[in-house]
Amino acid sequence: MDKKIKKVDLIFGKVDYMDILEKCLQRTRDELILDVIDSGLRGRGGAGFPTGLKWKFAKNEEADQKYVICNADEGEPGTFKDREILTEVPEKVLAGMALCGYCLGATEGYIYLRGEYNFLLPPLNKAIDDFHARLKDLGLDFTIRIVSGSGAYVCGEETALMESMEGRRGEPRNKPPFPTSEGYLGKPTSVNNVETLVFALMIAKEGPTKFKEMGTFDSRGSKVFSVSGDTPSPGIFELELGMTLEQFVEEFGDGDTKAVQVGGASGFCVSRKDFKDTLIGFEGIPTGGSMMLFNSTRSMYNILNDYLEFFEEESCGQCTPCRVGCQQLLKGIEAVKKGHKSPAYLEELQKLSDTMRIASKCGLGQSAPNPFNSIINNFREEIIY
Amino acid sequence: MTKVKELVKEQAEKHGRQRTSLMPILQAVVKSEHYLSEEALEAIAEELDLSTADVFGTASFYTFLDTVPRGKYVIRVCKTITCHMKGKDEIIDTISDMLKIKLGETTTDKMFSLLQANCIGWCHKGPVMLINDEVYPEINPEKATEIINQYLKKG
Repeated sequence: MDKKIKKVDLIFGKVDYMDILEKCLQRTRDELILDVIDSGLRGRGGAGFPTGLKWKFAKNEEADQKYVICNADEGEPGTFKDREILTEVPEKVLAGMALCGYCLGATEGYIYLRGEYNFLLPPLNKAIDDFHARLKDLGLDFTIRIVSGSGAYVCGEETALMESMEGRRGEPRNKPPFPTSEGYLGKPTSVNNVETLVFALMIAKEGPTKFKEMGTFDSRGSKVFSVSGDTPSPGIFELELGMTLEQFVEEFGDGDTKAVQVGGASGFCVSRKDFKDTLIGFEGIPTGGSMMLFNSTRSMYNILNDYLEFFEEESCGQCTPCRVGCQQLLKGIEAVKKGHKSPAYLEELQKLSDTMRIASKCGLGQSAPNPFNSIINNFREEIIY
Repeated sequence: MTKVKELVKEQAEKHGRQRTSLMPILQAVVKSEHYLSEEALEAIAEELDLSTADVFGTASFYTFLDTVPRGKYVIRVCKTITCHMKGKDEIIDTISDMLKIKLGETTTDKMFSLLQANCIGWCHKGPVMLINDEVYPEINPEKATEIINQYLKKG
């Protein structure tokens, strides 16, 4: 191993956010957005849409009201970094939202906080009160409120999130129209992940170059990783992007790592033989931060079973490919394991998973086949026997 | 006016009667009543001028908006992969033995419900459980026993 993974401290370091915002207000909105575009920052929730472009689209819309939403519905199994960010540096998240609000011309911001994190409500509300008081000194009109979720993974999908905020079932909407033109209450809305907003603030502080210099062409900058499973050092780490899985496992593995699930339940399972050639990032396997390590004592059947159970329960049920597909994948591997179906049935299920990927309405049904296919392809014998 | 209807009215005054207030009102009722009764759902529908079916449809979508009676303390043990690997089953068995209830059940005195939850975001400190809004990471059977005992004492 020649290259050591570089640890970075953009997210958790304390900054004078008032100073950053004050300097931002002296610049034009277009300049600020251009900096974010130039930095190459892509959404840190997992999907990886270019943040600056999202802001630009929302800014260019004509509307009497626009909204900024901070997506804190961190439900992807294996991800827990947003909770840590909201606990350690809430003021940076709020300042990132205010910056976004200024760029878009929005005066209202919402944090959609998952119900599982309700214990964060008192400290967050206090941070918001302090923040509002200080914003007054700047003369920036921007108010932030928290909306609580109630235990639905799919509400992390931005249109489902807005449905939930509007008091409905969290069922994803058709796109287009995209939220940047018709979002919350039909108004132009930018929905950004917690971590993304903090990075945007740091790019405003330090300029795009420093961020751009880190990482690779498609995956600029650094990223906060949530490391769990069979590792001697579980926790939250901000690392420069561009490392291979081999480097990652060298740093975090327990010496017996058999597989790593990159990107949570909806991500991909990579087996040991592919660690060397797998880049963690948008060129290789992207992740919202979730990295789950498994050593050779673990049954890959149990792991896949857990993931499929998760999707079967969390599918919103709106579209058939996902509702039925998730259920059939789960039942299918159970039947093969018990010997009620022949191993060849797995190929049938893989065809079904292709249909799910093409025909499902949102990312949930489109990505539920990821763990299924990657585990079947890498560990077929463990699923059958 | 019954207690539930009063509560709904009070929450509607507080949050407003527009559709965006539905979630906060449902959440407040669950917090106070531990579930959404038919009476509560009807009262909310009436206050917000929605159909009861619409209100039930929304409520039933969300795992934390219970439509069956739950205990004063709802225990949710995380069941997703890392917590599974780190021994959530022993936690559930321990609590189940202590409270004499199975998963999904509520004690006869309506104090505790024992449920599982999908990933609650503490994978590096599993196993973990929520009791109402409180989170208890890095537990083992002994710690779980201690925590439940505290709640039993508190009543």
